Formats: sequence, C-alpha cells, structure tokens
Amino acid sequence: MARFQSILFEREVGADTRPDEPAYFADLNLDQVVAALTAGREQYDLEPFFYSPLRDVATVCYRHEVLRDLERPGLLEAVRAFAGAMAKVRQHLTAAEEGYYPLAKQGWFLKGAGIYCDAVESLAGALAAAGVSSRGFQGLRAYLAEYAASDRFAGLAAETKALERALAAIRYTVRIQGAKVTVGTYEGEPDYGTEVEATFARFRQGAVRSYLVRLPERGGMDHVEAQIAERVARLHPDVFRALAGFCARRRGFVDATIARFDREVQFYVAYLELVDRLRAAGLPFCYPRVSVRSKEVAAEETFDLALASKLVSEGREVVTNDFRLGGRERIFVVTGPNNGGKTTFARTFGQLHHLAGLGLLVPGTRARLFLADRIFTHFEREESVETLRGKLEDELVRVHAILEQASADSVIVMNESFSSTTLQDALFVGSEVMRRLLDLGCLGVYVTFVDELASLSEATVSMVAQIVPENPAERTFKLLRQPADGLAYAWAIADKYGLTYERLVERIGA
Amino acid sequence: MKVFLLHRDRDFDVKPELRDPIFEAMVNGSPFALASARRNLEREGKAGSLGSDEDLARDLELETVWSAMAAGDEFLYETAKRALLSSLHDPEAIRYRQHALADCLGNATVVREIYELALDALESQRKAGGTPWAGARPDMILHRSVQVLRLQVDALRRLRRIADEQAAGFRSDAFRRFFAMLREELADGYLAEVGQQLNELEFRRGVLLSAEFGSGLAGRGYVVRKPRKRRWSERLSPGRRSPSYSFTIPPRDENGFRALEEIRGRGINVVANAVAQSADHVQSFFAMLRLELAFYLGCLNLHELLAEKGEPTCFPTPLPAGGLALGAKGIYDVSLALHLGHRVVGNDLDADGKALVMITGANQGGKSTLLRGLGLAQLMMQAGMFVGARSFRAAVCNGVFTHYKREEDVTMTGGKLDEELRRMSEIADRITPRSLLLCNESFASTNEREGSEIARQVVRAMLEKQIRVFFVTHMYELAHGFHAQGLESALFLRAERRPDGRRTFKLLEGEPLPTSYGPDSFRRIFGAGADAGAASVGRRSRPGRLRHRSSG
Repeated sequence: MARFQSILFEREVGADTRPDEPAYFADLNLDQVVAALTAGREQYDLEPFFYSPLRDVATVCYRHEVLRDLERPGLLEAVRAFAGAMAKVRQHLTAAEEGYYPLAKQGWFLKGAGIYCDAVESLAGALAAAGVSSRGFQGLRAYLAEYAASDRFAGLAAETKALERALAAIRYTVRIQGAKVTVGTYEGEPDYGTEVEATFARFRQGAVRSYLVRLPERGGMDHVEAQIAERVARLHPDVFRALAGFCARRRGFVDATIARFDREVQFYVAYLELVDRLRAAGLPFCYPRVSVRSKEVAAEETFDLALASKLVSEGREVVTNDFRLGGRERIFVVTGPNNGGKTTFARTFGQLHHLAGLGLLVPGTRARLFLADRIFTHFEREESVETLRGKLEDELVRVHAILEQASADSVIVMNESFSSTTLQDALFVGSEVMRRLLDLGCLGVYVTFVDELASLSEATVSMVAQIVPENPAERTFKLLRQPADGLAYAWAIADKYGLTYERLVERIGA
Repeated sequence: MKVFLLHRDRDFDVKPELRDPIFEAMVNGSPFALASARRNLEREGKAGSLGSDEDLARDLELETVWSAMAAGDEFLYETAKRALLSSLHDPEAIRYRQHALADCLGNATVVREIYELALDALESQRKAGGTPWAGARPDMILHRSVQVLRLQVDALRRLRRIADEQAAGFRSDAFRRFFAMLREELADGYLAEVGQQLNELEFRRGVLLSAEFGSGLAGRGYVVRKPRKRRWSERLSPGRRSPSYSFTIPPRDENGFRALEEIRGRGINVVANAVAQSADHVQSFFAMLRLELAFYLGCLNLHELLAEKGEPTCFPTPLPAGGLALGAKGIYDVSLALHLGHRVVGNDLDADGKALVMITGANQGGKSTLLRGLGLAQLMMQAGMFVGARSFRAAVCNGVFTHYKREEDVTMTGGKLDEELRRMSEIADRITPRSLLLCNESFASTNEREGSEIARQVVRAMLEKQIRVFFVTHMYELAHGFHAQGLESALFLRAERRPDGRRTFKLLEGEPLPTSYGPDSFRRIFGAGADAGAASVGRRSRPGRLRHRSSG
C-alpha cells in the first residue's frame, strides 16, 4: 500500500499554480457559499480546493468515501477536536517563539507539546475505534499507528507528561504588603473567602448577582509575574532545569504529513457543517452518481445552496425542485412569472455540477451528474452599456466568447439573456444561440421569457415556474416539466377578480 | 432570615406574568430601580401592561382599588396590583394573611415605623457611594461593600430593638414568627462578630495569596488565605520555616504596581464577591420586608377610606375550592363606593351550591355592580384582604375571569362578534376547573338567537368543566332557556324596577322576564299599527332586525 500523503487525493498530483476564483462563481452565487464555508477558517487557506473541480471519477469516489466515513457518528467530532487542538498547538508555539520572558516561553512550548501529543493520540485512537472504510482514512490510520509508536513521538509524549505533572504539583504563596512581595511555599493555610461566607451565611436570601470581576487569563506574564515565577523556580530548581533542557531538544516536533491532513480535512469539515445545518432544517443531501460520459443528468428535491443557506438562517422555508434530462435531452428552457424561481433553478443546475466535480455531497435526495470540462454562465449584467443596442451587442459578445470556448462536455447556464430587447429580436437571437448550443451538444439551462424557445428541438426540455391559481400574487417557487404557457398566470389573476369568461357570464345579467 | 409576612413559608409569591422588570426592581430594593424600570417599560410602550389580566382589571375596575390602596405612592400601587392579581388558593394561607392584616390594623403605627426603617436601610448602598459599577476593581467592590454592610448592620440592630419592645402587641403567626426570628438571628454576640469581620476585611496588614502555575507559567487560581498564627516554637527558631524569597517594586514602577494590584485583585475577587453578595442579601431582606409591608400599608389606606365613607368591611370566610359555597350580606362594589360621595346599596345573596347565577332585569338596576362586587370580593378575599360587605363567605376559586361586552369599535381586527369570540377563546385557553367566570352582556353584539346559542354552548361547557358562571344578560332566550331546564344548581336573580319605574338596585331571586323595553321601543319606532306583525315574528328578536324585515 502506498504511504499515506493526502486526504484529498489518493495519488499525488503535480504542484499546480494557485487557481483563481472561477468566472462563473459570482453568477451562481458560489462565491457566497465558499465565503461562508471558509469564514473562520482563514488559517487553512481552503479556497484553492473549492475552486478546483475534478474531471476524474476515481478521485471523486476517493472523496465520497472520505465523506461517508466522516458522516458516521464519532469520526467528525474526533476530527473537529483534532483541528481545535492543532490550532492551539500553533498558537502556543507562536507564543513560545515570540514571548519575552524565558520561563513564559518554556511554559508555552511545553503546553503546545502536551496538546500535540494528546491530539495525535486521540485521533489515532478514534480512527482505530471508528472502523473507517475509506482509502483516505485507512491510509491515515496506518500512518498514525506507525507514527504514534515511533521513538520520536513516544519519547516526546513521555517527557511532556512528566514535566507537566511536576509543574502542576507546585503550590506557592504570594504575600503582598505594599510594594513588598514575598514568594513562599503553600502550607495549607485556610481559605479566607469561605470563612467570610460562613459569617454572613444567615443573611442569605434568594439568588443575587455575582460581583466576580471577570479577569480573563492573559496570554502571558508581566514583569511582576515573571519575577514571582523566577522565585518559584528557585524554590524548585530540579523541575525547572529539566524544563529548559526539554525546550532546547524538542524544537520542530510537529509532523509534516499530520499538519497537511489538518489543513486538507477542513475542506470536508467545512462543507459537512453547512450540510448539517441545512439537514437540520429538513433539507436533503446526497452523493451524486458522476460520469464523464453520460449526459443523462437528474436530481430530485434539489435546491440552491446559497439561497437555502440564507433562508434557513432567517428561519424561512426552502422550496425544492426536480430535474431530469434523458436520452438526447440536453437543455432546460425555463419560463414562467417573474420571481417564480427561474433564476434559482438555473443557479441550482450550475452549482450542482460544480459541487459534483469537487467530490462533495449535493443538494437533493438523489442525483446523477456530469463531470463537465468547463462551466459557463451568462447572466444579465446591470452595469454594462446604456443603449438597448449597445446592451444587446455586449451580451452577444459575451455569448460568442462562451460558444468559442465551450465544448460538448461543458455546462452552460444562460439567464434572461436578450430580455432587454424586443420580442422579435429576442426570438431571433435566442433561436440562433439555442441552435448553436444544440449543435454543440453541451448541457445547459436557458432562462427566457420567449416561450417559443422551449419547443425548438427534442433536445430541449420545457420547465415552467408555477403559481397558486387562487392567489396569483403568491409564488410556489416550484418548476414543473410542462409545455411553456404564459396564459396560466393571466387566467388565474382574471379569476381572482371574477373576470374569466364563465364568471363574467354568471355575473352579467344577475 | 426570611420575612414571610405574606406567606407562611415563602417570599411574596407573585404570579409569573407579573414578575416583570418593575417587580424585579421592587424586589431589588434600590430606590432608583423602580423608576428606571418604569421608564424602560414606557419607552417600549409596555408600561402598566397587565398581560392576560388586562380585561379582568378593566372589567372589575381594579385600578380604583389599587389607587385607593396606593394613596399616591407608586410602590404601594405596584404592590397592591400584584397582590390582588396573585390569588391565594388555600383557605389556610388566606387566614394567615387575614390575621397578619388584623395585627396591622391594630398596630398601624408600629407597622409604619418598621416600613420607614426598611426604607432607610435600603438607602445604605446609596449612602456608601452607590453600587459598584460594571468594571470596578475587586478591591473597590470590597471597600464599598464593607461600608454598605456597616450601615445595614446598624439598621438590623435597630430593627431588633423594635422587636424587643413591640412583639407583645402582635398576635398573628406571621408577626410573631417574624419578631422571634429577629431576636434569634440578630443576637448581640453575632452582631459583634460581624463587626469584627468587617474590620478584618480592610486587610490593613497585607494579603496572603496561594497560587499555582497556569498557561505560560503565569500564576493562576489565586486564593486569599488566612495566615496561620505562628506557634511559639516557630517564632523562637525561624530557621525551621520553609524558605521564601522577596522582592520590592521600585517606587516609580507604575506598571509594576498595576500588575501587583491585578494579582491582588484576582485573589480578593472571591472575597469581594462574597461580601458584596452578603450586602445584597441584607438588601434583599430589607427589600422584601418593605415589599411585604407595602401590601399591608395599602390595606390600611383602603380601610381608612372605606371607614371614612361609613362603608362596612369584614374579613371573609374562605372555604375549600369546589364546594360552591357562596353567601353574602350587604355586599357592595368597593370601586363604586370609592367613586361615589354617598353610600352604595348592598345586596344579600345566598348562592350555596349554585354553579350558575344568571342575572337579568332592568337596565341600571344594579346588575353590573353586583357582578363587579362579587368579583372584587372574591379577588380581595383571595388576596387575604377584608371585603366590601357585612359578611362574606365563599369557596376559593382557581381564577377569576371576566368577559364583558365592549363598547368600542374594533372593526380593525374584524367584527365585534369576532372580537368577542376571540376573547372568549383566549379565556378558554387559560381557564381551569373551579374557576369563576363573570360574563356581562356577552355575545350581545350579534342577534339574540345567535348570541344566545353561542352563550348557551359556552355556559354549558363551562358548567360541565366545573367552572362557576355569573352571567348578566339581556338575552331572554338565553336566560329563559336555562330557567326552563329547572337546574338545581342555577340561581336566577332579577334587577328590580318598581311599578313607577324607579330602580332599587336590589337584586332578588326571580325568573327571567321577556325583555321589558323591546316592545316599547318597537311601538315607538314602528307606530302602534305594526304590533300584530311583531307578535307573529316573535318577541325574541331585536328591534333593528324587525325594522329591516318590515322595510323589505
């Protein structure tokens, strides 16, 4: 078995250049998702991982296995605890590096070593107990078992423990009389606070507020404490001699592979945190079946990750949708009333394909997705040009650029393109662009107000955003596969005001 | 040390809805807390909000009673309000308070003196420079608290002197226990010990702390220790003591002194907290004393007012819940009596075993005042107070609920009937068996047939649920319907109108009569000729509806 290197890749990939944020991120609101995922995790520098979808089914599977292990009870908590401990180790080593008072620096270093040893042992123990089945965690388990048994580690752990015990056993007294400070050994003098409480005990009524002043432990000592510590050291010379030797010999004790795991596993932890939060609100996630060949993509009860995250935090309901492309179907054409969920549907389609490429779970109860070579989006730009003609031209320039770069293996999401032009123009341009997309054979979503685009070819599938017939002002945010029909909304709103044919016949002449 | 003047075994127990910021402030005892709590509530627009008791207070005009008890004192007002709305449910608990109140009526001067003493003691914190502000250092807190305790201990000493001198004049369990407790807990020896402790807390000879190593080898877990008195042998041979090392902060090292002060603070923190909390406990004791006496002071004020008007009061006889006992002689509406310059008419009532009391009869015949008088007497009895009657005995109830017709237009939130139904539904959410429901013209906002049917359903359900219902109504169909059933447990009262039209305000037992003014009004509006038609439509309907029909 190959020696374990990374929880993200089974085989080492060549050191790539650092990826930029993909161009489609803002249109699909994936920038918001990644911002939320990486918030508070700046130290791990996770963005490059989230920017890099894979076209490799094997690596996607490697990651799915890791995630499935993390979803079992216990392991994720163990990994989280490990991460928390490693963050503390780094803090302590920084303090030991940058501190001023020698005794304080030694104290921080010892503490960092103690946390590190506990963290490694806990993680090794948790992995041994958890019965992991992913190649990633099995590799890590073997690696950790070997490391934990090594002289390098076992010696560090034993020495750390002995010193911690010796220091914890020291109790001393500080007598303060004006400017004079006397440091001595504690010899069981009684607690004065207890005596005071006893005297006043009979006045006790109900609960009263606390007057304890919050005096947070400060990160380090000042020169008075340093002088006190130095005198305590004089009271216990052997212990402090051993401490100084330990700090000199044990520099750089953190293992490189373990440090790398600590960073990379956050890619999963961050995402599972989001998944958990949304699952708690009743939203489903699933492992998609992925392929680099079949373009029969589908998802059930799926949703826009960015929108859902926002709605759930506001305590609002999230509407899920289904989609399916079978046989030679390639492009969804989405029509329906404004604010009916069309754009959300388009984003969802794009997001799912990106997330699938990252090897992550995707929103929905079931999903089958394509590992695209590229993802392109074309959303209407607010800012661009002033005249209608200028705007149309600008859009056409961008669409042209996309069609130039796209291949049959790309995913293209077009949203409300050409809506700022006349119906005739929109119909013409839309049909032309659609024909090219169909010729290309790529997967895509095309949001439009032009119903005719929905029935251009057998490769297009019409999805219509639904309304509530009794109250057309209300939105369901549901999209159903049905013929595009702009009349449904008009009929419903007429009915509400009693202006449909039947109602008018009934009312007139009563 | 517990006050326990309102309950045998606990502090003034106020129902949860009334434990609002104002009450917190009253229990807190700070002279400013009440005003600032009220200001905050006013800012939020919640001042004076009674929550679910809003209707009860309005319908029984409790405001009048509270104001009379307050005599212009906001604190007495807030206390009276909470006491009247936090009913006792055990006859024995009611008697405990009645006896204490009787003591107060007999020793008004002493009770007012203790109240003043409590007020003075509550000033201790202000006199010592106020409560320590947020962010104060532990030694500041300690210093303040020692000063406060010195003043408080002085007040306790004076309180005990009153106990020594006046206890003999009190008979009730409540006051006898209270005085005995003071003499036991505040013995001279103990007060001397407290004074000694307060002296030591100034730490004139420095402070000894113990500590251990925390993160980065900084000290932590500082605890103030009481230095051991050195034994003779140790004093004689200092060499046997364990070694110690000293250093001195140079005079100009300000950071050094600040650091030292912080270490000292970490140790003193716990001690300062213990002392400050002790001061708070003593403050709580005086605050509770003041609060509980405020109730009795309110009762004294109300008693004086009623006595001036020559209105009788009596201590009622509380009887076990569920027994349906109820009897009164000369019962009157205390809030009406407070409003009027002259004496009001009292009623006699014998409603033992009656679950339903239906009151009908002439307008302004005293129906509403009887209903209110009964409700007030019930509430006052269950607050341990005297009531407005020559005699009164009643089963305690779980709660008093009122459902009165509302005059104002409420079309904003739907029609009047909607509003009535919603209120009744809210009552249904809260009411429990053995409660008392007072209905005044309920469901009169729709036509009589609908109103009666709704009311009938409601009343039947309430009776089924062992809820006692007093129902004032004009709806003949409703009252007659129940009368026709011949229920053993129903009592029908009627407001009297003499043949000459004068009202006596006396209510007597009597079956409901068809609405007396309906036909009159009808004739007036439609003229005599419409009479025959009216008879065939039926006398149960209301005039407005008939007019509509005859015009169609």
